[in-house]
Amino acid sequence: MSEVAVKEKEPLFSKKNKKLITDPLNDTNPVTIQVLGICSALAVTVKMDAALVMSMAVLAVLIIGNVIVSLMRNMIPGKIRIIVQLVVVAALVIIVDQVLKAFVYDVSKQLSVFVGLIITNCIIMGRLEAFALANKPWASALDGLGNGIGYGVILVVVAFFKELFGSGTLLGFEIFGSQGKTLAESTGLYSMGYENNGMMLLPPSSLVLVAIYIWIQKSRNPSLQEAH
Amino acid sequence: MGINKDSNAYTVIFSTAMVVIVGGLLAFVSTSLKPLQEDNVRNEKKQLILKAIGSEETKSITREDAGEQFEKYVVERLILDYEGNIIEGTRLTNETPVDIKSAEDAFAVDLTKEYKKFVQPLTNKYVGSDLVDELTKETNIHYPLFICEVNDKKHFVIPVMGKGLWAGVWGYIGLESDGRTISGAVFDHKSETPGLGAEISKDFFSDQFIEKTIVDETGNYTPVKVVKPGTGVTQPYVDGISGGTFTSVGVDEMMNRTLSVYHKFFQNESGKELLTKI
Repeated sequence: MSEVAVKEKEPLFSKKNKKLITDPLNDTNPVTIQVLGICSALAVTVKMDAALVMSMAVLAVLIIGNVIVSLMRNMIPGKIRIIVQLVVVAALVIIVDQVLKAFVYDVSKQLSVFVGLIITNCIIMGRLEAFALANKPWASALDGLGNGIGYGVILVVVAFFKELFGSGTLLGFEIFGSQGKTLAESTGLYSMGYENNGMMLLPPSSLVLVAIYIWIQKSRNPSLQEAH
Repeated sequence: MGINKDSNAYTVIFSTAMVVIVGGLLAFVSTSLKPLQEDNVRNEKKQLILKAIGSEETKSITREDAGEQFEKYVVERLILDYEGNIIEGTRLTNETPVDIKSAEDAFAVDLTKEYKKFVQPLTNKYVGSDLVDELTKETNIHYPLFICEVNDKKHFVIPVMGKGLWAGVWGYIGLESDGRTISGAVFDHKSETPGLGAEISKDFFSDQFIEKTIVDETGNYTPVKVVKPGTGVTQPYVDGISGGTFTSVGVDEMMNRTLSVYHKFFQNESGKELLTKI
């Protein structure tokens, strides 16, 4: 228990700690730079509300998982550390799923299987293994927060365009007017012959959108570009 | 610390303790949240039944309110057998509270379970009217019927259950007091493709069924078909979802199969009696 005696107290939001939050938003973004967690970014981005809840769920699991694994880092036997991480994540995900079912039933219906699939989200296992196992709880919590937001931002951005052009709505509100059976029954853009893009509702369009995001991100930040 | 963390004994003890703690925690969470979750599922079912009546008054009832409003509108509920006869002892009025454990309560019939057990094994071998004929031999299927009253008008609500592209699709069909005109319909699904098959749960799809009849002029059973937009058929039809063909076919199939039993019911004595008595 001698470790408790701190040599010099590091401020809670020191420069190093701040970087833990800001880096994953841009330079080390888990989705666009590390290309992790792509699977759910493809699947749950058809509607904004589902993407938001999914981001919150991943964020919660990531922060709590990081903290728990970080607290246990000196107790976990090296041989079964991956299994231990998996158990922690799986338990958290089941709890999140149960809570969603009990309190926000409609959203949990929409997310259906994807909540369960948070277990296999590579970002979570990746952060536990790469960061939480070697760092203190507070730093791990910040790391989880940063990466969770980094993931959520991509999901919401992709969902924004997919819902806008795929269904013509944002968070369920009609943006381009409403589409009736005939042109005369339609309002807004639809009355001029505009049609929703069905492709936007399917997973491949997320790949295109994520790729465009990466393109913009890398062209703005040359240090991210790979040398050829 | 004097413990060798790489020893097998430590690993075994650690994993055992972990499993016990995590298992206990999950069991606790599950049991403490279960009543809330079951309430949600039950209230949603009530909400869908009320919505299927098709009246403006019951359409806007939220899931939270459905629990209390259900008994106000659903005045009677009963279970039919495969021949369209009322199963003895299942005719309950709204004075009997819903009991989800009772085998005689129409609200408690688990259609998903019955569909999987009795209907699904036959769907590979038989289709259409062959399947309907084959199912008449299946004596264990229950067909619940909800009799509702809104503004002194009688409505019948019939639950239907079938299969979409990925998993189950189901719905509730409201009939007017003549037992042949559809007054409202709602559909829901487990995991159909968002934007395609999942659109069946939207109003623009289910509203198409309103005012369609399930019986033609000569009194024969003619189920409402779900067809590809633009296809010409002679019997009453609604437009299916383009791009959601399998889901549309599933809706068509479950309505055809289930409504035929209720049609038989409205043909026989006990059914006719219900139609005339307001």
